[in-house]
Amino acid sequence: MPNPRPDARGPRIGVFVCHCGKNIAGTVDVERVVEALARYPGVAYAARHEYMCSDPGQDVIKRAIKDHRLTGVVVAACSPTMHETTFRAAAEDAGLNPYLLEIANIREGCSWVHDGPETTEKAIRITRAAVEKVKGNHPLTPIEVGHAEKCLVIGGGVSGIQAALDIANAGFEVLLVERSPSIGGRMAQLSETFPTLDCSQCILTPKMVEAARHPRIRLLTYSEVESVTGYLGNYRVVIRKKPTYVDPDKCNLCGDCAKVCPVKVPDEFNRGLSSRAAIYVPFPQAVPSSYTLDEQNCLGLNPLRCGECAKVCTVGAINYDMREEWIEEDVGAIVVATGYDLYGKEKMAEYGAGTVPDVIDALEFERILSAGGPTRGEIRRPSDGKVPKEVVFIQCSGSRDPELHKPYCSKICCMYTAKHALLYRHNVHDGTAYVFYIDIRAGGKEYEEFVVRAMEDERILYLRGKVAKVYRDGDKVIVWGVDTLTGKRIEVAADLVVLAQAMVPSAGTEELARKLHIACGGEGFLKEAHPKLRPLEALTAGIFLAGAAHGPKDIPEAVAQGSGAAAKAIAILSAPTLTHSPEVAEVDEDLCSGCAVCVPQCPYGAITPGDVAQVNELLCEGCGTCVAACPSGAMRMRNQTDDQVKRMIRVALGEPVGVGRG
Amino acid sequence: MAEAFEPKIVAFLCRWCAGAGADLAGTSRLHYPPNAIPIRVNCSGRVDMEWVVEAFRSGADGVLIGGCHPGDCHYVSGNYKTRRRVYLLRKVLSEMGIEPERVRLEWVSATEGAKFARVMREFVAELKGLGPLHLEAAERPAEPIAARERV
Repeated sequence: MPNPRPDARGPRIGVFVCHCGKNIAGTVDVERVVEALARYPGVAYAARHEYMCSDPGQDVIKRAIKDHRLTGVVVAACSPTMHETTFRAAAEDAGLNPYLLEIANIREGCSWVHDGPETTEKAIRITRAAVEKVKGNHPLTPIEVGHAEKCLVIGGGVSGIQAALDIANAGFEVLLVERSPSIGGRMAQLSETFPTLDCSQCILTPKMVEAARHPRIRLLTYSEVESVTGYLGNYRVVIRKKPTYVDPDKCNLCGDCAKVCPVKVPDEFNRGLSSRAAIYVPFPQAVPSSYTLDEQNCLGLNPLRCGECAKVCTVGAINYDMREEWIEEDVGAIVVATGYDLYGKEKMAEYGAGTVPDVIDALEFERILSAGGPTRGEIRRPSDGKVPKEVVFIQCSGSRDPELHKPYCSKICCMYTAKHALLYRHNVHDGTAYVFYIDIRAGGKEYEEFVVRAMEDERILYLRGKVAKVYRDGDKVIVWGVDTLTGKRIEVAADLVVLAQAMVPSAGTEELARKLHIACGGEGFLKEAHPKLRPLEALTAGIFLAGAAHGPKDIPEAVAQGSGAAAKAIAILSAPTLTHSPEVAEVDEDLCSGCAVCVPQCPYGAITPGDVAQVNELLCEGCGTCVAACPSGAMRMRNQTDDQVKRMIRVALGEPVGVGRG
Repeated sequence: MAEAFEPKIVAFLCRWCAGAGADLAGTSRLHYPPNAIPIRVNCSGRVDMEWVVEAFRSGADGVLIGGCHPGDCHYVSGNYKTRRRVYLLRKVLSEMGIEPERVRLEWVSATEGAKFARVMREFVAELKGLGPLHLEAAERPAEPIAARERV
């Protein structure tokens, strides 16, 4: 209905109230909302529709914008997360700037949670407040910006490799940064993979080689991201490539250098179950295929102090004068795939706190199972090299234990424990395998069948219950547990105990997150923009998440997320230009005193101090924290100024609107 | 006949967590009293403490600020700043004779619809216990702040 007392000069707002079938109209008297709003100052026209989001409903808005020459629109309907985009597009179709349309949420925040006459009153107040906001809105244009056509992928595990390959195959340049000397990640350490028992390296190494040979992938191993500045489409990244002191183009992997190296240190790739020299290759299929000289452990990088390796290198690949390189690049998007570590054994006193040599972690067992591992694939225990005849596997070591350790389920341990026990039985035919478990969580394609195979065909003893204590007794490891199904206490004198520890984000995840201005959740895993609908995106635009850095996941999920993150990155890299929301902070230069209170408030470094502060509107994400901090009111949020909000507050609290109370 | 006291509340809700939690309370049809009018902000860090004062001056009996849980802020750290500001504001309010409990800061995640409804129920009950805010008594010491605001 048109306003009976129209104001010829002021704003001409249209208010459109949705019934949403019975969802709103069931508890809100929609007709009274329309009547109340039609008389409200500044409102030129008010109408209702059964379903405002339907095409006929949108037509009501479009027609009214033209017929009543509306200068702003309020749609009183569902939450703005549902249809704000729909209605703003409709307004734009009718020639109204989309930023002059606001949603009054009278469904989720009103009709669905209240009943009684107050519901209509509240709906009127919410809608009036939205009208006040629209009165202060200005037409805005999304900010257009060009972008770099290169992508940075951080982390060279299977997820990062997949992302890099997909992006490169789509025609874009990729920088693949990996901090260790070889790509491959955790998957390279695994023996076989569940549930198919594929050889892990056999399925991984072709991808590693493909990444290394790809003309559009620049592999930066032994490198770390030092700093990231910029914004969506235009990130400037600085990468530090540590010196390997070996020229990878000359090195032919003969291994003579490692044979003469006098240094012996624990081999990280074998989880310390064997040793390596100071000059080493992490594993035979390493990519790039070259030795690395570990400067921390080398006797001195100096021919006068040792120099044995350089003396025997017939191809002259070793160069003690190699220095770190600093690489600076502009990239349009970033994929973070920094993977996981295992929760430390030393943190679990109940399992010996890492002091019992025959209590090993899951990755140590993977290395023992691996043909390329410290025992060449023969199952022998670390303390004395004997073949263990009784092995206890403990699931949920550190997972699902909110009191002492991690509250969450690490998702893959049920499966790899079944695999471990099964492979153990295949190797040691007269051995006995016990598995302590809380529940079996085998949700995945052919996962349940695999666990059933382990339980029934392989005669692995599954015991439902927790282990209370593990301690060393002579050459045995005593495991005290309980079988909650029979209610009996169980004591096993084991030869070897394998812990299926919780997955935790890899060391340095938090520090990297800070450099990238992205968030970590409570347990340190990288946080996605929305747990259901935006699982691939970080909270900062243009940064995507892949693999176990985001949360516990298995290989197929890590690969799928790598591909998903790649698709998201490609969407940015292939766009002609990018748009950025114009609803950001701006400075009133007449009011700004240059006090710079706002500068440390900004989590994005978008404000440059000076005589007057300056906001980089491309960096600004529109949180408004600086605005609330500005002591002089110079910092403003476009289309949400303090004046607008204060008017909304007054209207929200104003005189009773007088409906339905009698 | 005197009507029972129904406190008036303004609720500033961030769009990513508390606002989404409020939406979920709606989707889950979790009923709570209708005393609060929500105003959506991008981040709880946008909430200017002057808004809270403005709400009290305009007749509010309570103000709710809803943000993301610590560590979960969509804008990395806005909620931490809000927490500090609310801490200070509460001190100022109590010096002005306004019960600091009238400003309630709550962390509500997008999945905590039930928590949002519970917070609303609790806050309304608490404000009913406190009774209406009589700003006339408290307003005189507040005058310098109000005056500064207009400069």
